Amino acid sequence: MKSFVGKALRWEWRDAVVDLTLDREPANEIGTILLGELEQFAAAMKTFEAETAVCIIASAQKRGFSAGADLRELYRGAIALPEKERNAGVRDFVERCHRVANAIDAAPFVTIAAVHGVCFGGGLELALTCDIIVADKMARFAFPELRLGLIPGFGGIPRLKRDLGNGFVRDLLFTGRSVNAARAQAAGLVAQLAGEGEALKVARATAAQITKFDSTTRATAKKFLKPIPYAELKEEIVLFCQLFERPAVLAALKKFVESTDAMPYLP
Amino acid sequence: MRTLEQTTTEVLDLATRHFNAAPGSLSASDDFFKKLGIDSLQALELLSRLENHFGIELPDYEVQGVSDFRTLAERIQSRL
Repeated sequence: MKSFVGKALRWEWRDAVVDLTLDREPANEIGTILLGELEQFAAAMKTFEAETAVCIIASAQKRGFSAGADLRELYRGAIALPEKERNAGVRDFVERCHRVANAIDAAPFVTIAAVHGVCFGGGLELALTCDIIVADKMARFAFPELRLGLIPGFGGIPRLKRDLGNGFVRDLLFTGRSVNAARAQAAGLVAQLAGEGEALKVARATAAQITKFDSTTRATAKKFLKPIPYAELKEEIVLFCQLFERPAVLAALKKFVESTDAMPYLP
Repeated sequence: MRTLEQTTTEVLDLATRHFNAAPGSLSASDDFFKKLGIDSLQALELLSRLENHFGIELPDYEVQGVSDFRTLAERIQSRL
């Protein structure tokens, strides 16, 4: 399926480049609808991967690339389940996220995340599956999970460790702070900085260059350059689910969901 | 080195420009969430603009709970 329009995203293949556009209000929170359509994209990739050079993942939402997991849905879904079934429900969701992330990470074509605005939590984990991150100079990146008593659960830590120095990784994780695009570029997270509102344009120019190269060489180089840390990713699922079992996490999620503070995502 | 007064003026000017407030309508003691009608994500955008303008990094936990321009300017001043 070379084109698709869903409730939370759409994709369109043209001249060896596939544009995957996230478009779910308010800020592409990753819940069951967005995840379900990402799964459809991961399945569809197989049908066009041989004739694809580049995939650009971007957002049509003004607020940013993605604010991360849909915590309201996660919380409401968790409390709706009997306590002994809760962990299995969360594990199922996290495993589905990992399968999608691993599929995009392993794509034989080059993947570019064109990021603007917020790129937090699960949104950053999605961007980290990509080979190249192009960021609008106003973009911000964060892993706020520890503020809720969790660790990133969609492959964030193994992929950050794969790509970046541990000093920056620990700062990002242990403070939960957000960093701007210039800092993210200095740390090696962002490959290219774009002017305000220009990330997609820069990503397209990058894609145009990449499409000139031989596909076999490109796929071979990617596989060699970017091994997928499967063992650590599996370990992350276990740790995330262990942490999620604790009452403190549900309490933190409850506080977040019910917060009327101006900045509710920061406990 | 800027004085706190200069920093505060620059913060107010930047917020006025970016959020299309009427010139002179913002003051240092204003609650910027209420005065500008912004939400948490727009506050992050303001933070990015301030970081870019002053050439600093201002961790968001340092401005957690801050809602007036003067205190925001003080936090910026400590990073200049």
